[in-house]
Amino acid sequence: MSDVAIDVQGLTKSFGSKRVVNDFSITVPRGAIYGFLGPNGSGKTTTIRMLCGLLTADAGRGTCLGFDIMAEQSRIKERVGYMTQKFSLYGDLTIRENVRFFARLHGRAPLETVVDEVLETFDLTSRADQQAGQLSGGWKQRLALATATLNKPDLLLLDEPTAGVDPKARRDFWDRIRAMARSGVTTLVSTHYMDEAVQCDFINFIAYGNKLIDAPSAGLAREVGIHTVRIKGEGVSAVYDALEDLPGVEQRARFGSAIHVSGKDEAALLQAAQQTCDDHGVSWEAIDTGLEDAFIY
Amino acid sequence: MAARTFARIRAIAGKEWLQMRRDRTTMMMMVMMPVMQVVLFGYAINTDPRNLPTQVELRDDGPATRAILAGLENSEYFDLRGTVASTAQADSALRQGKALFVVTIPQDFERRLAAGEQPQILLDSDATDPVATSAAAGAFSPIVSQAVRPFKPGKPAPLEVTEAQGDGANPIVHRRYNPAGRTALNIVPGLLGVILTLTMMLMTAIALTRERERGTLESLLASPARPAEVMAGKTIPFIAMGLGQTLIIIASAGLLFNVPMLWDVTALAIAVSLFITVNLLIGFFFSTLAESQLQAMQMTFMAIMPSIMLSGFMFPFAGMPLWAQSIGYCLPTTHFIVTVRAIILKAATLMDVWPQLLALTGLCVVFALASLMRYRNTLD
Ligand SMILES: Nc1ncnc2c1ncn2[C@@H]1O[C@H](COP(=O)(O)OP(=O)(O)O)[C@@H](O)[C@H]1O
Ligand SMILES: [Mg+2]
Repeated sequence: MSDVAIDVQGLTKSFGSKRVVNDFSITVPRGAIYGFLGPNGSGKTTTIRMLCGLLTADAGRGTCLGFDIMAEQSRIKERVGYMTQKFSLYGDLTIRENVRFFARLHGRAPLETVVDEVLETFDLTSRADQQAGQLSGGWKQRLALATATLNKPDLLLLDEPTAGVDPKARRDFWDRIRAMARSGVTTLVSTHYMDEAVQCDFINFIAYGNKLIDAPSAGLAREVGIHTVRIKGEGVSAVYDALEDLPGVEQRARFGSAIHVSGKDEAALLQAAQQTCDDHGVSWEAIDTGLEDAFIY
Repeated sequence: MAARTFARIRAIAGKEWLQMRRDRTTMMMMVMMPVMQVVLFGYAINTDPRNLPTQVELRDDGPATRAILAGLENSEYFDLRGTVASTAQADSALRQGKALFVVTIPQDFERRLAAGEQPQILLDSDATDPVATSAAAGAFSPIVSQAVRPFKPGKPAPLEVTEAQGDGANPIVHRRYNPAGRTALNIVPGLLGVILTLTMMLMTAIALTRERERGTLESLLASPARPAEVMAGKTIPFIAMGLGQTLIIIASAGLLFNVPMLWDVTALAIAVSLFITVNLLIGFFFSTLAESQLQAMQMTFMAIMPSIMLSGFMFPFAGMPLWAQSIGYCLPTTHFIVTVRAIILKAATLMDVWPQLLALTGLCVVFALASLMRYRNTLD
């Protein structure tokens, strides 16, 4: 077994004339939690589907768990757990029936013992006989994770798993993911929550089919060389407007009552902030560039 | 390997079974439709088919015989396809549907006619499909009388003969298998064929498209289930449903029309199972072609039209033009109706209907392979 779970180069996919993923490459070490970020429509889902053999890439090559993504898709499907972005389990079957279905598909035995265990592990027992279509987001999400892991996968592909669930459910979910990662399961997770990106060991940011960033999450901002200033106080709105078009200011964003201003040229940025804040009598400070700044950037 | 395949088929079949049971509307349709159809279709559509396949058993030959045969041929009702050598051969030709009529010219026919007697001439007709054969059988007597008139001694020929019966020869018509000529009997096999075609094709036609529309196809395709396993798992539960429908149809027909129950149950079970399977596979094939459930249903209705019109259900097969018959031969419903008529109404056995069963098996193989060729194991 190599120590690389995913290793692909030059993945490209078009739908009709629209190129959705463009020359995409990643290497994911075994056991890592790999964050996959990007705005809607940037090709995350398409990329994940190519990795697990659900879509055939137009160009590119590579391996997933050592199996060729173009030729050994059925081997990949046996070893990968895939949680789809859109709930894709059977709404007219109960939780238990859904779990039993996938347990059977994966040849798990003894069947009922496995089903009961999984229901217990994912906190699904109390509503086991309720039809899946009527569940709320958090329950659907746990059920989806439960069925995605029924084949005891070596690699988990999670496509926006926490979209639309409440903060507590998100925290629980990440606890589970980290526990699985500790036991050696590699996880690739797409998300648009910045606080989740922080939990990942590596970050991969794509936009409009092109990869922008691929780095360990620690020190990411430094790596890309973005500097940020935070401005607080009465009248920040006026400051926000005044900062427009000043040299060094490449990006402005509102965070509650504060604004964050970012740019690559540190000296120019600081000078612009200093001058504008003095004019409007508000305070400012240089801060570490957060992931949120980096990603809006 | 085989065990894992079995487990996966079992998983899919079990899931389909649950979903089917949970779908109230579909269940109602499955039960009510056959009963309604049996009641509604108890009435027949009348037609006047021509060129019906006819065999001749010649135990005598001569000018009067020739004249009769020429007269039959000229009437356009009868298409003389050849001769049979014995009564046994005649029987098997009728039972296997190679002929709808057998004309028997008895021994000494010519001599007795010349002697002024009224020798019998026999028409055996397959009356299981009375719509097809009654007009021709009715025309038989006048044709024979007309043909033998010049060969009678003594009497001058009358200018007009309307009441021909017993005039010269004595034509006798035997309605075989269904002596009362009841259309209702004939309609039961056809109905069975049409109902099973409709419901079975529909069940599998939406099998994949429904998963696609609901988004569940992504989970299914991401699982290690192979195409043939998905096909088997999505087909098998509906075989049970089709057999249940068959029981409903036969039971309601038995109550309403008093269908004789003298059949070879094994042969019937095999024929019905094969027919159900081929329709399920055709439906599954449609679901590999269609983008949506609606499209799949439209395809099903397109396929059902010829199955009703050209299979011998609506119009007698023998009365159809050649091009329509050629299409009819490619339809499973055609072979099935012939088979079930033979089994239910003529007490035919496996030995009689094996060519039709072979045709159904062939169609199963064709559509299974076509589906597997079309099946996409990915979302592209
Ligand atoms: N099957 C498809 N056919 C046509 N276009 C598609 C298909 N799947 C995705 N797309 C398009 O590809 C782009 C990328 O989609 P997606 O991979 O879902 O992005 P993301 O998951 O990052 O939001 C979108 O513009 C989407 O409309
Ligand atoms: Mg997506």
